[in-house]
Amino acid sequence: MITRTDLSLATYCLRLGDDALVMSHRFGEWVTYAPQIEEDVALANIGLDLLGQARALLTRSGELAAGDGPAATEDDLAYWRDERAFTNVHLVEQPRGDFADVTVRLLWFAAYQHALYAALTDHPDPTLGGVAAKAVKEVAYHLDHATQWVLRLGDGTAESHRRAQDAVAAVAPYVDELFTDDELVTDLADAGLAVLPSSLRAGVQSVVTAVLLQATLTPVTPTWHARGGRAGVHSESMGPMLAVMQHLARSHPGASW
Amino acid sequence: MSQQLPGRDVVLNAAETGAVEAAAATTHRGPHTDVAVDLTQFEALIAADQRIEPRDVMPEAYRRSLVRQIAQHAHSEIIGMQPEGAWISRAPSLRRKAILMAKVQDEAGHGLYLYSAAETLGVSRDDLLDQLHEGRQRYSSIFNYPTLTWADMGAIGWLVDGAAIMNQVPLCRCSYGPYARAVIRVCKEESFHQRQGFEILWTLARGTDAQRAMAQDAVDRWWWPALMMFGPPDDESTHSAQSMAWGIKRFSNDELRQRFVDITVPQAQRIGLTLPDADLALDEESGHWRFGEIDWSEFERVLRGDGPCNATRVAHRRAAHEDGAWVREAAAAYAAKQRVQEPAA
Repeated sequence: MITRTDLSLATYCLRLGDDALVMSHRFGEWVTYAPQIEEDVALANIGLDLLGQARALLTRSGELAAGDGPAATEDDLAYWRDERAFTNVHLVEQPRGDFADVTVRLLWFAAYQHALYAALTDHPDPTLGGVAAKAVKEVAYHLDHATQWVLRLGDGTAESHRRAQDAVAAVAPYVDELFTDDELVTDLADAGLAVLPSSLRAGVQSVVTAVLLQATLTPVTPTWHARGGRAGVHSESMGPMLAVMQHLARSHPGASW
Repeated sequence: MSQQLPGRDVVLNAAETGAVEAAAATTHRGPHTDVAVDLTQFEALIAADQRIEPRDVMPEAYRRSLVRQIAQHAHSEIIGMQPEGAWISRAPSLRRKAILMAKVQDEAGHGLYLYSAAETLGVSRDDLLDQLHEGRQRYSSIFNYPTLTWADMGAIGWLVDGAAIMNQVPLCRCSYGPYARAVIRVCKEESFHQRQGFEILWTLARGTDAQRAMAQDAVDRWWWPALMMFGPPDDESTHSAQSMAWGIKRFSNDELRQRFVDITVPQAQRIGLTLPDADLALDEESGHWRFGEIDWSEFERVLRGDGPCNATRVAHRRAAHEDGAWVREAAAAYAAKQRVQEPAA
């Protein structure tokens, strides 16, 4: 018997898992293109951490949604859903951009994930709580890495400052969606089973703003906001990304790898 | 560049044996050109099969030979990230994606250890990278072949990393200490890489007809280039004799190639794939697998730059380096500002 709460929690895990999966995929695209070899190692490492989170969260989502029946696996969910079934926010799916783009995007995302996972470490679902407890340590490093680079880019050369400021502006429309509540998450939060995204906004903004200011960068108020990622409405860049990610698996239905 | 290695006692070797200490007693503290340097200590260390360390006196030709070899090894790791890195975004399962990302990351790490080992010989990583980008230093020619299917991830791991391990394990006993120590770590990780490649092909060979065909095609394409990785036949190898005398190289190209074939043929049989060589046959008397003629004209052609990916590999590497210049400049500018601020703090 699958309860409504289990289904909601499955969707919640899917959202967090999709965020991590898609962000990880974008980091994977950076490998061999980094500005120095140490950064190839670092970007791959962050991508691997995020992929590990995604795998555990997607697996848990499949289990919760299945009840006593056969569960969708991590690969079923990653490779066999179409774009409209992906529930990640727009921020993580944005194309690679330059090093300032990935760095500023990571600053926001790591600050958000850090606050989120910190609040989920004592979640009553042991898997979700366990993932959060492990991941909060990983994303603390991601946040530090992004912070150190934003400081260097913002307060480095005139060119790096310009690029970093452009990146701050470019990511700004995608920030609000991280902190947007909806009915599902509100109901879960009422039951003590989720963190209200809106409750993280002030803390995360203050962390990011402090870094930007120290980096001599100016926070940007966007003129528009991305919406609808949780409901499967994505940027046009999402489709090509999924086409690359899924084509091999989908070319061989039923195959094991 | 000129020899920059200060002469001194062999403290780093002293922990090893009394023979080394005896050798160390002959240390000469003179200038460091070949003409003036007393190489007695170097020769005694080599004769005692002990390690040469960065501060030991060494012949300029030994130093140059090592720089060439270590740089080529480091460049191979960095360029070698590309053919596999291109499949991270297409890996057919999340488990495979994680393994591949970790493997390519390992290769970046290997590059870093090896550039560091080269730097102990008085060169800089920046200079070595410039030489790679300008085509003045080589990397392993194997990476000038394209990765066309997922099965190529298996073939590279099993055959290319397998051949690399065969070449590199003896380097763990290389006479130059920093290189030997870097290679010990590299080999440990390469061993995982080879096993994951074997496992990819094992799985494909037990999969659908299409997967099996994909695996066979990959092995067909990578087998001969993998055999070429051991370098030209012994009688045509230009650097081998001196490298052997200096304890850098321990086995000849042909010896290592034969050993690789002997180990790999039974593995192919276990996987259930056919190696593309009609002449492959077990010589019962010697116990060795005899193999067909290698097309050395292809090897020479790819080495000269006329391989399918020579141009794209270097162009990709150069583009990453040039596109990242502003980032490295920013880091340097930031560090300089911090240094200016520090005394006032």
